[in-house]
Amino acid sequence: MPEYIMFIWDDEQAWELAEPATVEATMRAHGEFIAEHAGVIRGGNRLHTSESSTCVRADPQGSVRISDGAFAETKEVIGGYYLVEATDLDAALRIASRIPAPFGGVEIRPIRPTA
Amino acid sequence: MDPVVAAAVADAHRMHWGLVLAAAARLTGDLDEAEECAQDAYTAALTQWAADRLPTSPAGWLCTVARRRAMDLLRRRDVHRAKLPLLVEAPLTPGPDHVLEHGYADGPDEGGDLAGEGSPFVAVPDDRLRLIFTCCHPALDVNARVALTLRLLCGLSTADVARAFLTSEPTMAARLTRAKKKIETARIPYTVPAAEDLPARLAAVLDVVHLLFTTGHTAPAGVGLVRRDLSERALDLARMLHRLLPADAGVAGLLALILLTDARRHTRTDADGRLVLLPEQNRALWDRSEIAEGLTLARQALRVRPVSRYVLMAAIAATHASAPRWEATDWAQILALYDHLVTLWPSPIVALNRAVAVGHALGPRAGLDALEPLTRDPQLSGYHYLPATRAEFLHRLNRDDEARTAYTEALHLTDNATEQAFLRRRLAELPP
Repeated sequence: MPEYIMFIWDDEQAWELAEPATVEATMRAHGEFIAEHAGVIRGGNRLHTSESSTCVRADPQGSVRISDGAFAETKEVIGGYYLVEATDLDAALRIASRIPAPFGGVEIRPIRPTA
Repeated sequence: MDPVVAAAVADAHRMHWGLVLAAAARLTGDLDEAEECAQDAYTAALTQWAADRLPTSPAGWLCTVARRRAMDLLRRRDVHRAKLPLLVEAPLTPGPDHVLEHGYADGPDEGGDLAGEGSPFVAVPDDRLRLIFTCCHPALDVNARVALTLRLLCGLSTADVARAFLTSEPTMAARLTRAKKKIETARIPYTVPAAEDLPARLAAVLDVVHLLFTTGHTAPAGVGLVRRDLSERALDLARMLHRLLPADAGVAGLLALILLTDARRHTRTDADGRLVLLPEQNRALWDRSEIAEGLTLARQALRVRPVSRYVLMAAIAATHASAPRWEATDWAQILALYDHLVTLWPSPIVALNRAVAVGHALGPRAGLDALEPLTRDPQLSGYHYLPATRAEFLHRLNRDDEARTAYTEALHLTDNATEQAFLRRRLAELPP
């Protein structure tokens, strides 16, 4: 059975400014979506905002460059993902720098624990 | 307030803030709370220290008080459990084993016994290393790394950090908050990096300290050429790193570079605040003790292979410092060092400095040729040293009309009043 990841791209600022009622309604809608599709969902999470992102890129010399923030270039879109357990960012960066990504890089974002 | 006590507390703030905060951070697991604990310790010192009975180890006293505050916070947290500890520590204390190989020393530091009495925590060699590796983590924005280091290790107020970087206090406060939040949510660990990560991560720390020094040494705008405080903090940090990692040649090289550059600080401007370049500087006023210390460190660092970037830069500074007169400068050696440096660090700024060395070692014609490809480098297009250097070479070749154009171009590219005045003087000296 093929699997798909569905990344939700949205406006973080709109989330920040949203009325509590809107946030609640959206969360409820997610709950309903999950219940309706429970048989096919393999995983899904809400992420911390992109401010908490870190990028890793291998440069042509083969060393690894780490930088703050999400990928900004519009040419690059999320093409796949791994969900990985790691104790801290250093451990996560070590794993991420092993992921083959010859045409781009890997963005590491901490998962937000469900309340 | 007793002036003796006030001065002692101010001294301890300057010298030990990072140590006190780092000790508290290990317990609180939260940088904001650790800052509070450190602040409380210094406030307590102001009222509890007596002029005739200052503590034998002010750092030890302050760390103990800060840790006690941290323990109070932890106990309260146990009751309410409103907040989880946020700083991440490696599950196993990153045994100083691998650090020892790298030359870690728990030397006779000013810290004293840091395991506060009755504390269940074993004293680690120095928490400041953890703190500086966290603050200079490459996952943080580079400006945030510098700001965090100044705030958390050097204890500068947010207002002072903002002033140093020519930005407003709210902007700087937001930058600091955002960086601390990233440390928390992304789980940037509060630890000395694993052996495999250490060389790259230490390089990131050295870059922050070097950036701090150069920002202080040459202010990008305004009238004061030297923001003395920043340079001094960078020197303090380099000394601290060298004390903690004495066998690391890169650290020794950076400390040597800072000392050898700082030694010239009194001669970089004249009595009227005008810029004085190396050839005209009064070498009798160079700081001899800083030069002696820098030369010894540079020599030691040069013996370690492979030679790294800051060691080569220190060697270049050492060659200048060793010349009794400008005319006696060993340009052949400086050029050889730059030839090596451009291979390690292919930056256009280094290439520009190399071109200057070419001009002195092989003549202005060769210097001009070395500059030529750099005039097309977009990274240098706004950099006033490039046209200023061209102007010098052109003037030495008696092409004064072209020199005038190049000086004028340089003048338009700098905001630093001292540098502008220098360029105007050069223009005025050209034959009509």
